[in-house]
Order: sequence, then C-alpha cells, then structure tokens
Amino acid sequence: MRTCLVVDDSKVVRTVAQRIVRELDFETRESINGLEALESCRKSMPDVVLLDWNMPVMNGIEFLRELRTSPGGERPKVIFCTTETDAKCIEEAITAGADEYVMKPFDTEIIRGKFAQVGLL
Amino acid sequence: MKPEDFDLIAGIVKSKSGLVLGKDKTYLVTSRLTPVARKHKLADLSALVSALRLRREGELVHDVVEAMTTNETSFFRDLKPFDAFRDVVLPYMVSSRQKQKKLRIWCAACSTGQEPYSLAILLREQGGALANWRFDIVATDLNGAVLERARSGRYTQFEVQRGMPAKLLVKYFRKVDNDWQLNPEIRSAVTFREQNLLGNIGAVGRFDVIFCRNVLIYFDPSTKERVIKSLEGVLEEDGALFLGGAESTVGIRSNLKPVKNVRGCYARADNFVTQFAPAIPQRVLNSRALV
Ligand SMILES: C[S@@+](CC[C@H](N)C(=O)[O-])C[C@H]1O[C@@H](n2cnc3c(N)ncnc32)[C@H](O)[C@@H]1O
Repeated sequence: MRTCLVVDDSKVVRTVAQRIVRELDFETRESINGLEALESCRKSMPDVVLLDWNMPVMNGIEFLRELRTSPGGERPKVIFCTTETDAKCIEEAITAGADEYVMKPFDTEIIRGKFAQVGLL
Repeated sequence: MKPEDFDLIAGIVKSKSGLVLGKDKTYLVTSRLTPVARKHKLADLSALVSALRLRREGELVHDVVEAMTTNETSFFRDLKPFDAFRDVVLPYMVSSRQKQKKLRIWCAACSTGQEPYSLAILLREQGGALANWRFDIVATDLNGAVLERARSGRYTQFEVQRGMPAKLLVKYFRKVDNDWQLNPEIRSAVTFREQNLLGNIGAVGRFDVIFCRNVLIYFDPSTKERVIKSLEGVLEEDGALFLGGAESTVGIRSNLKPVKNVRGCYARADNFVTQFAPAIPQRVLNSRALV
C-alpha cells in the first residue's frame, strides 16, 4: 500500500487529513513539524506528503527545500495544505518543488482532485 | 405539495428544457421554487402554481425553469476528456486544418464557465506551435444567471480548488478579495450566449468539436435522441463530440459512435478521428498530467 505523510502542527488537521487520505487507499504517517518530517522521510520516503506551511522548529518551505536535495527526495509528490492563500505563496511553494497546493479549508473532493492531478489516482 | 401541482411544474420544466423531474424531487422543487415565488411577490408555492396555470409564458416560467437546472461543474472535470482532447482530438484537428488554422469549439451546457475556460487555458498552454491559430470557443447554457457568473470569470477559493492546478491558477488568475478572477485574455477567449438545446441550435454555427457533458443525463431517451441529432447537425463531418461520464449514444439512433480508446468521445464511424485515435500510444492516453 502506498504511504502518505501528513505534516501539520495541529492535531485536528492531522486527524482530518489522515481520515481523507485513508479513504483514498493510502497508509498514513504523521509529523508535527518539518524537522520530524525530514527524519521520517530519510528513514523511508513516502509516496506523497501533505504539508502545512507555518510550523514551529522547521516550516513547510524549509522542509521542502531540504527534502528535494536529500537522496530520493525528488520522488515523493508534495502537496502544500495551508491557510496561506496569496498567489505569491503558491508561486514560492511551486518554485521550492511543490507539486500541488491546497488552501484550507479543504474537503475530500479537493484532496481527491489534487491526488488525481499529480497522478496518484 | 399537491401531486397535481408537482405534475404541472414538472410538465412545464420538461417541455421548456427537457429536464425530467422524478416524483422523488418534491423537496427539490419546494426548496428551489420558494425563492422564485418570493421574487415574484407570490405568497407561497400554491400561489405560484396558480400563476403558472394562468400563464405558460413569460418571466415567471423562465425563472421556474432556470431554478430547476442543476449547475454542478468544475474545472477540468474528470480530467480524462481534457487529456483526450489535447492528446487525440487536437493533434488530429491541427494536422487536418493546417490551411485554415482555425478551430471552432462549442460547450453546449457550460453552466458557470469552468468547462470552456479549462479548454481556453489548455489551448493557451500549447504555446508556440499554435500561436498563429484562431480558436473560437462558444459557450452556451439555458440559464442566464449562470452565464452572467461565467462572464465575470470570478470564482471562489472552493471553486478554483476543484480542478484548477496550482500552477495554472497563479498563471491565469488574479486574487480579488477572497475570490480568484481569470485574466482578461482567457476571459475574452470564450463567447457566452444563452441557448436552449431544445431550441434552434443551427443559429450557433458549425463546430469542429462539441462538449455537451452532464446535461443529457437529465433528459428522457427521446429528448436525448433529439438533442444528439441536432448536435450531429452542426458538427463538422470529421468533428468530435464529448459527452459526460454517465452519458453515451448507445440505444440512440445516431451516426456518432464511441471513438475507440477514447472514453467519452464520439464521432462519425468512418471519420478521421476514429481512424486516428487507435494510433495514439496508450501511454499518452493514460497520462494525467495537465501541465
Ligand atoms: C450539470 S451542468 C454541466 C456543466 C458542464 N458541462 C460540466 O459537465 O461540468 C448542466 C447544465 O445544463 C444546463 N441545461 C439544462 N437543460 C438545458 C437545455 N435544455 N439547454 C441548454 N442548457 C441546459 C443547465 O442550466 C446546467 O447549467
């Protein structure tokens, strides 16, 4: 089964996101910040990362830049999932190597659509 | 709601639009027509029905029919048809129309515009190779209110997230308050017009490609056949028709047949698209990336 890593400092968001992703037939793991997520990825690369932007310790963008320069780190699809909704942020995320971008709030249909767009479904 | 009142409304809606309202749709009729009654200063639904009994034409009837349409849509809905358009139909059309360098596309039940705008963006994304081509995208619907919204090119965050890839969002939209508005170039690429599929559709002209998706499902078989026949009448000899995922020409007397390997795409059996499609590698047909 394919794996999705959910990275968010909010427990509620992690729970909701994991429920949705399981419905799409993915196994899930979670991290509460970028640094933890990076360690988790270095142990074993997930197929997709759902990534919050603002987190203590290491934020989403910093995590993504680190991930993309790690061995095998180009492989996971990375979908930002954040309250940042400015075009500038979306551009910054794409430049840093994000495959897709979801603006909170989201629902199952939006996540399913984004997974399909990046070729996961 | 009294059964005879429901029957009267269902009868009017069917004759004006083709939409079939099953008996289980009473709640839908009530919830959608209550605001119409209010707008026309009628006390309640039975007052609305009385008014309809007196007069079967005019603004009230128009508003009733509009209110009963379902306008659900999204950008790049179902993805695959857009891939098929880009990877199969477009290459064929481009090679066969080298002289004219012109393509006419019709979205025949466009709702709030996501479908024609998706096509406009997709064509824009093809870049240089098609730079000196002219694309006419005509988008029509029976419902004037959705067309109004379509023309504004303005969508909520929720609407853009349903289907619009982030890369294309930042490239073609501008954030306006909490909404996203398409840039003028894409907006001007689509012409919106009110047109009933049961009306005289010859007026919209002839087309190389027609998208008529997710509207025939609401029609009964004879209306479906009538509409497909009229679409056939304005489709170029070697043109292609796209239907929705739950629609087909099966069981309908029509010269338009499913194109092999390209789900949702219909064409005359002996035409070029039909012969051309199987030659496209499956790899291409299965690719999902839009950008
Ligand atoms: C569910 S939407 C489909 C939108 C888009 N084609 C898609 O697939 O996402 C159906 C649209 O058909 C329109 N419609 C219903 N009956 C019609 C008719 N007789 N003539 C033209 N449009 C009609 C409705 O107003 C509605 O906007």
